[in-house]
Amino acid sequence: MAAKPVLYYFDGRGKMESVRWLLAAAGVEFEEVFLETREQYEKLLQSGVLMFQQVPMVEIDGMKLVQTRAILNYIAGKYNLYGKDLKERALIDMYVGGTDDLMGFLLSFPFLSAEDKVKQCAFVVQKATSRYFPAYEKVLKDHGQDFLVGNRLSWADIHLLEAILMLEEKKSDALSGFPLLQAFKKRISSIPTIKKFLAPGSKRKPISDDKYVETVRRVLRMYYDVKPN
Amino acid sequence: MSGKPRLTYINGRGRMESIRWLLAAAGVEFEEVFLQTREQLLKLGQDGSLLFQQVPMVEIDGMKLVQTRAILNYIAGKYNLYGKDLKERALIDMYVEGMADLYDIIMNHDFKPANEKEKDLANIMDKATNRYLPVFEKVLKDHGHDFLVGNKLSKADVSLLENILWLEELKPDALAKFPLLQSFKARMSNMPNIKKFLQPGSAKKPLIQEKDIPNVMAIFH
Repeated sequence: MAAKPVLYYFDGRGKMESVRWLLAAAGVEFEEVFLETREQYEKLLQSGVLMFQQVPMVEIDGMKLVQTRAILNYIAGKYNLYGKDLKERALIDMYVGGTDDLMGFLLSFPFLSAEDKVKQCAFVVQKATSRYFPAYEKVLKDHGQDFLVGNRLSWADIHLLEAILMLEEKKSDALSGFPLLQAFKKRISSIPTIKKFLAPGSKRKPISDDKYVETVRRVLRMYYDVKPN
Repeated sequence: MSGKPRLTYINGRGRMESIRWLLAAAGVEFEEVFLQTREQLLKLGQDGSLLFQQVPMVEIDGMKLVQTRAILNYIAGKYNLYGKDLKERALIDMYVEGMADLYDIIMNHDFKPANEKEKDLANIMDKATNRYLPVFEKVLKDHGHDFLVGNKLSKADVSLLENILWLEELKPDALAKFPLLQSFKARMSNMPNIKKFLQPGSAKKPLIQEKDIPNVMAIFH
């Protein structure tokens, strides 16, 4: 019987959250090891399991995978969330690239000063509403299906929902002016595995707080100031 | 109508160079459209050719693909440079993504202000010689084949060669401590398609010249 995937990361969103989303949407149970101390991290480093000395790392099917995109690509491929052929995969990769760029602007957010948080928030909302949401609204319009690619759920849909919800945490009416995305959000949120992930008690992580920032800084000895975009 | 892939970017390496490398390694001829002004980029963004108003963009097989990874993955998949199964693909992705992190700092080096260049180069070489190159030296050692994954050329090998050569342009003895990478470099450079790409007159782009930097910055900012 296959062992559950094990996720190695901090107890917070960061780069691992998209992996949690994808596994959950695929209905795959997983375990987590949370980095809390420098000693733990150094032990991991010395054991050689972190190929580039970094997390995220996911133990899955006998591999110790690092690099978020490699992990996500593998899960998507394994659980049939990567389209039916090369061309669908290309569309999925393209759409995921966009949402990855968008959510990437929020990765450093918890580490910013209060003043920079305000600036970054405005920056991300502007990018979302002028570049990314219009693009996905148009894809939904032109494609005319319930999903972004083909006629079934793919990684692109899951990733877009994650991005939408993150943006709405920053601006609750971020989707105003995007009726198809609003309908998309409702539709994808009600898929059983995703609905379960969105309910309390799931492995979905809350917005990162100061405790998370402290932990990351301590474990990685990352004491420099983080700048906004 | 040629049917060849058509690449839209500036006349320089940036984020398109990996795509040029991969197409060349696959033996695929392509055409290029070079952006010279910001107006050209904005116009393309407005006419719907650029999904996120950004380049690289590659027209291939009826698609207008953007996002470097999407383009590279499609080319790799189409031309059998992506391993034989999901697990090989995972290894290839892991190696390529690691190298992409290195590539980003290498790529941005030319755009650093003069007073930061020395420190930046030291950082690049530190990351290369302590984090990335040792990993690939070890992979070659443990795997014991001519290629990084399986027993044939993949986009991981092409990406590694590309990065090695750019590192050597910055510091000629970058591979001094890595004998297996040195023989990997020699072996890969001799493969017919790659050898051709490394010759003058190919689509491979030179390092950006100081005088061209302001124009490039103006196009993208």
